[in-house]
Amino acid sequence: MADTSNDQGIPNPEGASELIDTQYEIGQDNIETQVGPFGLDIHNPVFLISGLSIVAFVFYALALPEQAESIFGALRPWLTSNFDWFFLGAGNIFVIFCLFLIISPYGKIRLGGAEATPDYSYPGWFAMLFAAGMGIGLMFYGVSEPMSHFSTSLGGISEEGGVRTDWAPLGAAAGDQAASVSLGMAATIYHWGLHPWGMYAVVALALALFTYNKGLPLTIRSAFYPIFGERVWGWTGHIIDILAVFATLFGLATSLGYGATQANAGLNLLFGLPVGTTSEVLLITGITAIALVSVVRGLDGGVKVLSEINMGLAFLLLIFVLIVGPTAALLALFWDSIVSYFANLVPLSIPFGREDANYSQGWTAFYWAWWISWSPFVGMFIARVSRGRTVREFIICVLLIPTFVCVLWMSVFGGTAITQFINDGVTAVKDAPLELKLFEMLAELPLAGITSFIGIILVVVFFVTSSDSGSLVIDTITAGGKVDAPVPQRVFWCIFEGAVAIALLIGGGLASLQAMVISTGLPFTLVLLLMCWSIWRGLKAERKHH
Amino acid sequence: MFEHIMVPVDLAHVGRLDRALKCAADIAKLYGSRVTYVAVTANTPGSVAHTPEEFAAKLDAFAKEEGAARGIATGAHAVTSHDPTIDLDPTLLKAVSDTGADLVVMASHIPNLTDYIWPSNGGTIAGHAKVSVLVVR
Repeated sequence: MADTSNDQGIPNPEGASELIDTQYEIGQDNIETQVGPFGLDIHNPVFLISGLSIVAFVFYALALPEQAESIFGALRPWLTSNFDWFFLGAGNIFVIFCLFLIISPYGKIRLGGAEATPDYSYPGWFAMLFAAGMGIGLMFYGVSEPMSHFSTSLGGISEEGGVRTDWAPLGAAAGDQAASVSLGMAATIYHWGLHPWGMYAVVALALALFTYNKGLPLTIRSAFYPIFGERVWGWTGHIIDILAVFATLFGLATSLGYGATQANAGLNLLFGLPVGTTSEVLLITGITAIALVSVVRGLDGGVKVLSEINMGLAFLLLIFVLIVGPTAALLALFWDSIVSYFANLVPLSIPFGREDANYSQGWTAFYWAWWISWSPFVGMFIARVSRGRTVREFIICVLLIPTFVCVLWMSVFGGTAITQFINDGVTAVKDAPLELKLFEMLAELPLAGITSFIGIILVVVFFVTSSDSGSLVIDTITAGGKVDAPVPQRVFWCIFEGAVAIALLIGGGLASLQAMVISTGLPFTLVLLLMCWSIWRGLKAERKHH
Repeated sequence: MFEHIMVPVDLAHVGRLDRALKCAADIAKLYGSRVTYVAVTANTPGSVAHTPEEFAAKLDAFAKEEGAARGIATGAHAVTSHDPTIDLDPTLLKAVSDTGADLVVMASHIPNLTDYIWPSNGGTIAGHAKVSVLVVR
C-alpha cells in the first residue's frame, strides 16, 4: 500500500515519539466551573447533551408509554430479523481479526509504548474485565441457556407451511439426548465465547492503542482519528461520544431495573421478601449505594477490590457445584462442550441461508446486538486497565481465556441442571422462570441455603461491579477523556443511573428503553467495523516506528 | 530548621499556586533548604501531557524554571496513579516519605460545604503527614 499516512490522519511517528500530532489539547473544550460547593470539569457539549437527552427519553417513555413501546418494541425484532446477516457477519470478522492479530507480528506491540509495564497483575486485571462485562449474564443464563437449547434440540424440527416454528439451533437432534446435550452446549457457548469477547476486544484494543500509544484522550471518538482526522474533535466526535454515553447509561439502567426484579424473585424464594415495587426500589437503591461507595473509593480501592472478591466467590461456587454435582460427568461434558463448540462453530456462525431462523435471529442476532451495545462501556473499561500489555497478551487474555472460563461455567452450571433432568427426571429447573433457574438447580444440591445465599450476593455484587465501572466510563467520556475530573461528577452519574432505573421501574418503560438500547447495536456494529480498520492503521504506523 | 521542602503542584492549574510557590521559595531561602515539586498524573493522556514520561519531563522543566526564577535548589518527583482524583491523598503522603521531605507547603481552597464530605487535599495531608505541613489558602 502506498504511504498515505498523512491524509489518513495518522502521521508516521517521528524520532522518539509515536504520538499523533494533533492540534487538539485534552480538556480544551471542557468547562471548569463551580456549581454551589461542587467543582465540575465537564466536556462541552457532550456532558449536557447526553444528560438532557437521557432525561428527555425517560420523560417520553413515561409520558407516552404505549407509543414508546410500540415503536421501540417493534424496532428491535425488525432489526434482528432484517440485519441478522450483518450482525453475524460482523461478529465473525471481529473474531477472525483478533485471532489474526495474535499470530501477526503486530502482536509484539506493547500498549503504552515499548518500555511500558503492566498496570495490574493478571488476577486483578482479569477479575475486573470479567466482572464488568459478563459476570451478571453468567449468573442468569449459566443454567437457563444450556437447558433451553438442549430442550429445543431434543424436541426436533417442526414446520408450518415450510417455515420452521421450532427454536432449535441448526438441524436439531430430535430424540437423541446425547447429541442434544452437545448441540445445546455448543449453541450456548457460541453466544458467550469467542464472538462477544471479540467485540469487546476490538473496542478495548482500539481505545487502548489510540490512548496509550498515540496520546489521544480516552474517549470513543479517539479511535476514529485515522478516519475523520481533526474532525473527530468537532460534532462528528461529539455524536459518537454522546451515543456511547446514551447506550451505556440506558444499558446499565435497564439492566439494573430488570436485575432488581430478578434479585427480588430470588430473595422471595429464599427469605420470603415480598415481591413488589417497594422491594425492587429498595434493591436498586442498595445496589446504587454500594456502587457509590465503590466509585468514591476509586479504581483500585473500590472497583478492583469488589471485582476480585466477587470473582473469588464465583469461583468457589463453581468448584462447589463441580464437586458435589456429578463431577465425572461434568468434566466429561466440559471436554465434550469444547469439542462440540469447535465442531459447530462454522455452521452456527454462517450469516446467510440459515434454516434455523428462530435461533439465528431470535437468539444469535439478538445477543450480538446486545453485546455490541455494551461494547463501548466494557471496551473502554478494559482499555482503562490494560496499559502495559502487548497486543498478543491482551487478545489472549480478553478473547481466549474468558471464552475458556465461559465454557467451564456453562458446562458446570448448565450441565448439572441437564444431568438432574436426564438422570433424575427433575423438571424444577426446566419449569422455573428465568430468574429462579439458578436457585432451583442449587436447591437439588447439598447446602442449598448457603449456596443460594452466595448466589444472591453474586447477583447483587456483579450488578455493582457493572454499575461502578460504567459510572467511571461515562464520567471519563463526559469529561472529554479526563480521568481526573472532580469526584462529584462520578457520583452524579452513579446516582443518575439508579434514578433512571427507578423512574422506569415505577412508571413502566424498562422494556421499551431496553429495546431501544439493543437497537443501538446496529450503528455500533458499523462503529466496530471501522475500529478494526483504525486498529490496523494504528498498528501499522506503530510498527514502522519500532 | 527545614532541609527539604515538598510542594505538591497541579501542572494544569499553576496559576492558582502562586502564593504557595512563593511561600515555599521564601522559606527555602531562609533556611537554605531544597524544594522538590511533586505532581500526580494518570496513565492516560491528559491536559498537561500525553504520556507519564512527557508529564515527568514537564515537571522537571517546571522545577528548573522555578529554581532559576526564585534562586533556590529544586528537584522534581512525578508519580503515576490509576485514579488520581481518588488516590491523590495517599499518593502525596507516600511521596512525603519517598522524597524524605521535612516540610510540606501546599495550596488549598477555602473550605466550603463539600469539605464535610470530601475534605480538601491540604486538610487531609495536614491531618496525616508525619512532618510539618503549611497549608496556603
